[in-house]
Amino acid sequence: MTAGAVPGWDLVVGLEVHCELLTATKLFCSCRNAFGDEPNTNVCPVCLGLPGSLPVLNARAVELAVRVGTALRCDIRPSIFHRKNYFYPDMPKGYQISQYDAPINRGGWLDLPGGERIRIERAHLEEDTGKTTHVGRSGRIHQAGHSLVDYNRAGVPLIETVSAPDLRSADQARAYVSELRAVLVAVGASDGKMEEGSLRVDANVSVMVSGAPGTALGTRCEIKNLNSLRSLGRAIEYEAARQTAVLEAGQAVVQETRHWNEAESRTTLMRSKEEAYDYRYFPEPDLVPIVGDQRWQVAVGADLPALPAERRARLSDALNGVGEAPSPLRSGAGGDGREAVATLVELDLDGLVLGAVAAGADPRLAVNRALNEAAADLVGARRLDPGAFARLLAMEGDGRLSATQAKAVLAEMLAGGGDPVAIAQARGYQALTAEALEAAVDEVLASYPDEWSRYLSGDVKVGGFLVGQIMKSTRGRSDGKAAAAALEQRSRRSAKRPLPGESGSGKGRLSGKR
Amino acid sequence: MTALETAAAVRSGARSAREVVEGHLATIQAREGQIHAFNLVTAELALQTADDIDQQVARGEDPGPLAGVPVVLKDNLCTRGVPTTCSSRILDGWVPPYDATVVVRLRAAGAVVVGKANLDEFAMGSSTENSAFGPTRNPRDVGRVPGGSSGGSAAAVAANFAPIALGSDTGGSIRQPAALCGVVGVKPTYGLVSRYGLVAFASSLDQVGPLAGTVADAAAVLEVVAGHDPADSTSLGQPAPALAGVLGQGVAGLRIGVVSELMKGSVDVDARVREAAGALARAGAVVEEVSVPAVAHGLSAYYLIAPAEASSNLARYDGVRYGLRVDGPDVTSMYGATRAAGFGAEVKRRIMLGAYALSAGYYDAYYGQAQRVRTLIIDSFAAAYQRFDALLAPTSPTTAFRVGEKVGDPLAMYLSDVCTTAANLTGHPAMSVPYGVGDDGLPVGVQVLAPALGEPVMFKVAAALERAAGGGGGAPGAGSGGAGMSTAGAGVAGAGAGRAGGRPTDGIVGPVGTR
Repeated sequence: MTAGAVPGWDLVVGLEVHCELLTATKLFCSCRNAFGDEPNTNVCPVCLGLPGSLPVLNARAVELAVRVGTALRCDIRPSIFHRKNYFYPDMPKGYQISQYDAPINRGGWLDLPGGERIRIERAHLEEDTGKTTHVGRSGRIHQAGHSLVDYNRAGVPLIETVSAPDLRSADQARAYVSELRAVLVAVGASDGKMEEGSLRVDANVSVMVSGAPGTALGTRCEIKNLNSLRSLGRAIEYEAARQTAVLEAGQAVVQETRHWNEAESRTTLMRSKEEAYDYRYFPEPDLVPIVGDQRWQVAVGADLPALPAERRARLSDALNGVGEAPSPLRSGAGGDGREAVATLVELDLDGLVLGAVAAGADPRLAVNRALNEAAADLVGARRLDPGAFARLLAMEGDGRLSATQAKAVLAEMLAGGGDPVAIAQARGYQALTAEALEAAVDEVLASYPDEWSRYLSGDVKVGGFLVGQIMKSTRGRSDGKAAAAALEQRSRRSAKRPLPGESGSGKGRLSGKR
Repeated sequence: MTALETAAAVRSGARSAREVVEGHLATIQAREGQIHAFNLVTAELALQTADDIDQQVARGEDPGPLAGVPVVLKDNLCTRGVPTTCSSRILDGWVPPYDATVVVRLRAAGAVVVGKANLDEFAMGSSTENSAFGPTRNPRDVGRVPGGSSGGSAAAVAANFAPIALGSDTGGSIRQPAALCGVVGVKPTYGLVSRYGLVAFASSLDQVGPLAGTVADAAAVLEVVAGHDPADSTSLGQPAPALAGVLGQGVAGLRIGVVSELMKGSVDVDARVREAAGALARAGAVVEEVSVPAVAHGLSAYYLIAPAEASSNLARYDGVRYGLRVDGPDVTSMYGATRAAGFGAEVKRRIMLGAYALSAGYYDAYYGQAQRVRTLIIDSFAAAYQRFDALLAPTSPTTAFRVGEKVGDPLAMYLSDVCTTAANLTGHPAMSVPYGVGDDGLPVGVQVLAPALGEPVMFKVAAALERAAGGGGGAPGAGSGGAGMSTAGAGVAGAGAGRAGGRPTDGIVGPVGTR
């Protein structure tokens, strides 16, 4: 029930994504930046905001911010910190050190796997707050009996990426966060763990009359506390429906901050516009401006690994030939090729597939085995040698291994590496050479001459029976596909040659096939 | 005995540190009841430290340049294990787990902390009457204020509770009490001395500096506490300046300007400044009057910027983690009750002023405008320093006023800072040197200002003034100065030379515009 789905109304979403940076220490002190430690153990005078303490900026956090800015195609400029003043028990200084009108990264964009380009307004550095647990009826501060505060998170570096209001559906919002997360992980800025709060999202949601120009945005509400992609999607859908209903009832949406209540699946009022804080921003006098050395900045940017979009394009090209030509994937088991490519990149298996294809593997088979079998053991898959993977796929492709056997060999390779030929041999799989298959065919055709004749005269149904007999005679080492292929090949040849049963043994002639 | 004499005696073994410290503790014992310079006298700790130093000397080690010298710390400097109150109830019970960088450096130099000095609450005030623990009295006349906010530190030095003290100066808080108590007080270049462990009032203006009985002692303390500190991002990359060597160099050839816009104090104070200028001219300096027009706006800019930063710096005192907590039915009420009970009237006034100046819709008219004025003042002084090596002005427009005289009139109190705020806004160094007395017989301080990192020239001038005044304790007093600068301006090459023979104001040669 997205607003987009309600005739006459368009949904407009802009997202603020807070991402904890993957530094060893906090943004302004040398306390450990770690999740899950004993409360209030990673603290010092600086991150506790004790009187007389002063912040010193973590250079690694700046480097990671520059990496993020480069990946998001931002303009990276000299920047300063501001103080954002408000009272909250988990904010030790009574202000948050953040960036305001001179952020480090300005203007940029992020291309989604679906092809949409979402503009980025800014990606700035700031410190995280501590974590408050309200003990009492509602879990909210004002009705709490008492509150427990853990300052381990206070001062952890964050990068807040603010999108333009370019998103038009809950699905798109989720795709955006998912892609942004992949970028943040790719550049080494984040571990991407939403479940540990490494990534937190605030959504600005409004609806407007369909087809209205972009400047006529509706009144927006900001939704806080979105800690999973699922919550994000549901909250946006709920909020869109709520605002649409308000507007359709002839009332006006009121600008306010709302809280997503996961348990009740709805947003509730947190503070109205009148109650909104006046943050009294002013330049942080305890810190000096960040003036990036141009050469350093370029070096940091040049050091970036391939980003997800690039990796998707590269994989897509390798699978399809260059460009967006019809994909062999689309007709394959993977369904939509674009989705398969996106999934492989997301799972970090694109390198495996690319390597295998470069080593001569069949692209479709490589994608299928990677998405279905390898993906089931990501740890093993990421260390799998693409050359070995390619050799396995070749064995399956030319019938040396049945599909079942190939999967079993792959499972063993995922678990402990190794060469597919050796594994297959050890398992007794590799015995079925072309000669052996031909011998099995000879044997079956000799045993069932009547059926063979019927098959040759066009009775397709009897082919199934013969294939079954061939598989049985190889004791399962040949799969149906290979047996059918061998049968088919034999039928074409027999137009010129006598039946095996009539000439005694055809072994000698057949052995030259390969 | 000066700090340097004491250190020399202790280092050579001629006197024990214990003997020195016991002597000062006895002085404190005798007179502290009358002065109230201290929030806390750390007698036991001081004696322990003194014994440590004596043992070092006995082992043949050098305890450092301030060996055995008692020092008083303004009670807004954090001391590990010793309560630090900022003379506020809001920090009730708080004991810092760390030493301020300046304290670490003093200890490393062999100094002995004897106590924490009273101040105006959070350094906001000019009389040390805004203390939650009661006012400090001026040792020269206990009916008078010692100035502020470092009034406890200045009074302690003036009463010989210790030869040296540290204060902090945000708008004149070291220099003005030094002037009123008749001691030397130095506000160094912003960033020369670490602020780590100084409880912040206005971060972009605060600077720690020494108070001492003599210029040489002040220089010795500054040499110890100055220099880069990686824990303070605004700390300059500079090493501590070498000052001891410059003190005797004299001022011959130095170009010194008397800031005409600041010569608007009481007649006797201005007269002492002119006499001081005359003395420098006689010693060979080239002295002229100089106009620094923007300085007139210094006080208004200061009283927007300082409260704005203070409103934010003092937000952390919320009753959640340390200090006073007054419980309420919910967290917002707890904040309100705690801050209402914990802060005094002047602190509340400045928090409100500052919060207002930063508010949406007012920021640009107040805080923004004040910052533009600040830039103007910086430019104005930069122009003046193109022509002059150092500047002269009164430190305080008056001598020490009576206890209670200005308590009910905040604006009158704020005017005490009219001569001192400029150096905080520019970040430049400035110091006050005693120079005679006013008509009331109370000390007058002459302020020496210098460009950024101009401490060497500033101390050179200060030392010359001290000699002219009869060395630390002397009193040139009314009439002993005299006008001796009437031809000085003629010697200036280029700038100002053509103005010789201008306005005959007490012999000072023509005002020199800075634009």
